[in-house]
Amino acid sequence: MFGGSTGGRSRPHLIRGLVVAALLALVLALPAAARVGNDPFTDIAATNFDLVAHGVQQLAVSGSPRAAAVISALRDGHLFASRWPRPDAPLYIRTTDGFVDARTGLKVAALAPVNLRLVIVADSVRAAIDTAEAALDLFSKDTAARQSAANALFQSADAGALPLIERALTTEHDAAVRRVLREAQAAALLKSGTGSSSARLAAVRNVAARADLSVRSLLSSLQGQPPAVAAAIGVAIQHIDRRLQLWGLAEDVYYGLSLGAVLLLAATGLAITFGVMGVINMAHGEMVMIGAYTTFVVQQLIVSFAPALDDVGLLLAVPTAFLVAGGLGVVIERTLIRFLYGRPLETLLATWGLSLILQQAVRSIFGPTNQDVSSPAWMSGSVALGGLTLTVNRLWIILFAALVLGALMATLRWGGLGRSIRAVTQNRRMAAVMGIRTPLIDALTFGLGSGIAGMAGVALSQIDNVSPNLGQNYIIDSFLVVVLGGVGNLWGTLFAAMALGVVDKFVEPFEGAVLAKILVLVFLILFIQRRPQGLFPLKGRAAEA
Amino acid sequence: MPNDRTTIATLGCVLGGAALLAGLNLVAPAGSAAHVPDFAISLIGKYLCYAILALAVDLVWGYVGILTLGHAAFFALGGYAMGMYLMREIGARGVYANPTLPDFMIFIGWNKLPWYWYGFDHFWFALVMALMVPGVLAWVFGWFAFRSRVSGVYFSIITQALTYALLLAFFRNDMGFGGNNGMTDFKDILSFPLDRESTSVGLMLITAVVLSAAFLLARAITGSRLGKVLVAVRDAEARTRFLGYRPESYKLAVWVVSAVIAGVGGALYVPQVGIINPSEFSPGNSIEAVIWVAVGGRGTLAGAILGAVAVNLGKTWLTNALPEIWLFAFGGLFVLVTLFLPRGIIGLFSVRLPSATADRKSAAAEAAVREVAG
Repeated sequence: MFGGSTGGRSRPHLIRGLVVAALLALVLALPAAARVGNDPFTDIAATNFDLVAHGVQQLAVSGSPRAAAVISALRDGHLFASRWPRPDAPLYIRTTDGFVDARTGLKVAALAPVNLRLVIVADSVRAAIDTAEAALDLFSKDTAARQSAANALFQSADAGALPLIERALTTEHDAAVRRVLREAQAAALLKSGTGSSSARLAAVRNVAARADLSVRSLLSSLQGQPPAVAAAIGVAIQHIDRRLQLWGLAEDVYYGLSLGAVLLLAATGLAITFGVMGVINMAHGEMVMIGAYTTFVVQQLIVSFAPALDDVGLLLAVPTAFLVAGGLGVVIERTLIRFLYGRPLETLLATWGLSLILQQAVRSIFGPTNQDVSSPAWMSGSVALGGLTLTVNRLWIILFAALVLGALMATLRWGGLGRSIRAVTQNRRMAAVMGIRTPLIDALTFGLGSGIAGMAGVALSQIDNVSPNLGQNYIIDSFLVVVLGGVGNLWGTLFAAMALGVVDKFVEPFEGAVLAKILVLVFLILFIQRRPQGLFPLKGRAAEA
Repeated sequence: MPNDRTTIATLGCVLGGAALLAGLNLVAPAGSAAHVPDFAISLIGKYLCYAILALAVDLVWGYVGILTLGHAAFFALGGYAMGMYLMREIGARGVYANPTLPDFMIFIGWNKLPWYWYGFDHFWFALVMALMVPGVLAWVFGWFAFRSRVSGVYFSIITQALTYALLLAFFRNDMGFGGNNGMTDFKDILSFPLDRESTSVGLMLITAVVLSAAFLLARAITGSRLGKVLVAVRDAEARTRFLGYRPESYKLAVWVVSAVIAGVGGALYVPQVGIINPSEFSPGNSIEAVIWVAVGGRGTLAGAILGAVAVNLGKTWLTNALPEIWLFAFGGLFVLVTLFLPRGIIGLFSVRLPSATADRKSAAAEAAVREVAG
């Protein structure tokens, strides 16, 4: 072409490359030339969005005392420039009583609106504003604000923010914020693609310590690194993947345990009525439902009569639900169950009928729709634990389930009622001979189981819909938990509930929630066939009873 | 053993009643007081299907003492087999006019008939499946359960878990059984249009005949030597075992027969109600079937039929007249029957059936035996 050379394809390419490079340099030089000697305010007053964005960045980094006011005015559409180009490029902020000069903050004489032009915020400018506000926060007095600003800088990994981060590091004293700043610095450095290999290696080490998803996406987005750095990045990504996998595992376990806690709550009462007394109470789910409705009623009463107690309403609902459901349980035992002892199949049918009656009664009183049970403030939100996010209401439910089970075990072991219950279970006749009123104990035992179901209802009202059908969702699960754990064995119930919850959560990601449930049911069906006495069968004479 | 008079009376009631209703529907003029409206015919047909299910439940609960809380699962499986045939029978008349694929499959984006749908374009195949699927499931389930001596309440709970698992499974769209909506919009059965009244009368009469046949079969089983062993297993399983019988084999045999009978009931049910969906698997349905038997009289066979028809008549009437009251009444029925009417309606007619008290006595004897053995 140019030299008519036969020799190569390289020369035309070279020349074309040179031309392109020169053009590029010219293009790049243009805004740079315009920029020379301009203060950020002049840039912001320009009509070119890139210049405005650049000005915003510069202003944020400049440390000017006016920076925050100007940037927020720009964001809120209160910043005006002159409509006509002027060498001094004035900027005004509109306040409620007239205009002030953006550079000085001093009030200016009245301005004719016809001479003013609103500084428009384009998308590129908005992005610059966001970064700038984060940057400004870096120097805030509030540590949390500085922390989140540093985090935002880390997420954006913007090479332009490097000077800013360095300046912030010189003044920052809080160790946690410093760490995030260092990570942000490393991220920005890596993203910029500049810096020596050793600096980059250090940066990779630095960000890899953070080991979360954003680091992983940052690292995997890096291209064209020197081989040593690329290898280090590969190792770091593997390391992060392992970490994330571990946290994911921990999260599954946590969700499994919280599901298990729900199962445990629903099943603990049944472990008494079915496990200890041998009564197949199909209305057990309805006791749970009544507990949930009691919560609703207590909350309504508090809203009407004592709004100040709103935060502790749920705490008040716990004993109330215990008494309501427990009292109902005693009534049921005296009027129905006691005629059916020793006839499990008939008990099953009668209590099933009872459950229908209770459901319809609640439906008639409260209506068929879901009732709105509120959560107190201390039960909402979540806490972060390493790479885990734990929802607070689940934490409370796990704690509550543990407390209920613990209290029940303590009652059975050391309480007067518990001693009588154990005596009657072990040898009814001998207990009667010793002066224990066995019918009363029967009624109280049934009431205890029902009351615990009621307390479970208080907890379930926080995570499930409070409707007349609430209990039905738990009855089959509860029976399976009790049977799996071994009838009459509270530790077994605990273990079975937790195992079922965790297994359910682990199968779920592979097969979906419904299939997980089906698989668990099939497993249980097979399990009961293998070991009809449950995981922890009772030994000795009690097993024959 | 109740005498042949009961058998004849039951058969007379079922067949005679069905024939009478059919005649009144077809012969009596539409305006007259004697005319039986079409909806009543399909309602009666439905009750008779329920009666078949109740008969199946009574066979295992009344005579072998196995309280099943999952028999509606066999009923529904039979129903699904028939539903699949009826779906294929729609052919190109569906909304999407596809000659092989049912509408719901096109709706979820399938373009090929899954293998387990092959053959359901033949009526005989669907019929065989309506017997086979519940039978095989019952055999597998029962073989595991009875062999490992799962009994009493435990067995009841796992039957409930079984039907619950099936309920959840059939809710899934990718099972290929229509998911949540199930199957409906059937057009005809063996080329008889389902919306014609003669078809519903015919189906009702067939159901009555099948019910009678199932009744005779159950009667034959319970009246034979086999039946005596079954009652022995019910009243004292351990003693029967000590006498050299293998209770699990007897239980398994009757369990499978009972499941097949339930499946037939389901297969007859679907063309008459025109829909089959997963809610048929819901554990409540199975328990309802048990209460029909309890109301009519457990262990009497005739009582199962009576209970199913009576309770459902009451249900239809109450849910229309006083819908609020229905669950109270139904729940109360469970409670009152178990407390005050352990022999059911048939028991009121005081035919002195065996083992009203013997039941209790032998249970005590059984407990004593276990105590000695344990």
